[in-house]
Amino acid sequence: MSVFLPEPGTRRSSVNLWGLVAAAGFAWVVGYMLNGRFWDVVVFDLLGLDPESRLGEAVHFFVYDTTKILLLLSGIIFIVTVLRSFVTIERTRALLGGRREGLGNVAAAGLGVVTPFCSCSAVPAFIGFVAAGVPLGITLSFLIASPMVNEVAVILILGMFGWKVAVLYVVFGLLVAIVAGYVLGRMRLERWVEPFVFETKLRGELVEPSTEMPWEDRLAFGWQEVRTIVGKIWPYLLVGIALGAAIHGWAPEDLFAGWAGAGNPLAVPIAVLVGIPLYSSAAGIIPLVQALSDKGVALGTVLAFMMAVVALSLPEMILLRRVLKPKLLATFVGVVGVGVLTVGYLFNAVI
Amino acid sequence: MKIEVLGTGCKNCNALEAATSEALQQLGMDVPIDKVTDYGEIVAYGVMSTPALAIDGEIKTIGRVPSVREIAELLTGAAS
Repeated sequence: MSVFLPEPGTRRSSVNLWGLVAAAGFAWVVGYMLNGRFWDVVVFDLLGLDPESRLGEAVHFFVYDTTKILLLLSGIIFIVTVLRSFVTIERTRALLGGRREGLGNVAAAGLGVVTPFCSCSAVPAFIGFVAAGVPLGITLSFLIASPMVNEVAVILILGMFGWKVAVLYVVFGLLVAIVAGYVLGRMRLERWVEPFVFETKLRGELVEPSTEMPWEDRLAFGWQEVRTIVGKIWPYLLVGIALGAAIHGWAPEDLFAGWAGAGNPLAVPIAVLVGIPLYSSAAGIIPLVQALSDKGVALGTVLAFMMAVVALSLPEMILLRRVLKPKLLATFVGVVGVGVLTVGYLFNAVI
Repeated sequence: MKIEVLGTGCKNCNALEAATSEALQQLGMDVPIDKVTDYGEIVAYGVMSTPALAIDGEIKTIGRVPSVREIAELLTGAAS
């Protein structure tokens, strides 16, 4: 039956494959290093725009940032996906089963970052964890950390705000996931989980699909993931960077300082409330808020807004409603929301 | 032979179903594809990342859309 299979060229020898990866890596580094100079020449010399003019500044901001973010996204998603092909959610569950609260929440938040996970799998993962005996609070720590500290958000923050803000974001994102999961666990909310979750019986042996995956497949998987994610988010990204560029070029320096600066105590809760319903546009939101923060919005407010956008999204809440009763869902949003608010205020007070 | 696609209607689940039916067509096999969409059923299989492909009740791939070629290999492997 295997007569139709030959597809010459698809089974590259491993030498060729690693050569290809090395060449792509080299091209990436050169492209990233030359990005600024290349657009200097194109925008200011070839197009003749004045670097001091608003138009020149906005156009340069747009092309330079778009190139930078796309390079960062492709490079990091590729590496992250290849590394993640060694971790599976099934293995993560085995690691979390029978853990005690506290340390278990820390482990769950950490594993939430490294486990490959798409929000469309949130419900089967929730049922699978709880049915396998992972405590509710620990399961929730996992479900909070996974979208909050996801690679797209972190890469965008890294690209737009620099590594210090990115590190702060990761650390505080993990803290919110750990503390919120722990608090929700202590509240003993199992009665507000849809009963069928506890009735689900696991049968059969779990498969470990990634253990024997050849390198060729892992690398192909990484490339496929880059194309999927970049293909999905580039329109949002372009709109976000374009709006950011417009604000960058034309908005006055202290436009937002008056009402969204550190001095206004209402800025953080408003940012969180606005952030919750926004999700699909997360890729566009971060370039936009970077421009806002340049114009005087306080950093804590910006961080709280980004966390609310990625961690508490309306589509995911609608999915989770299948397994969580409305009261638990509301408590979940409330506890995570308070965590995000605290991060926002803390930052505005400290920085 | 029993072929099941496990998933709750996400984009990748439909992609897996399409790839599987193309693999079946290439092989000239006429086997219906069952869609398993119930969360409890899916989790009972031990699957937590959708979509997944099961042949004769055995999970073959999890959490990704394999190529048509890979699915065809899995199908021929299961048929022999």
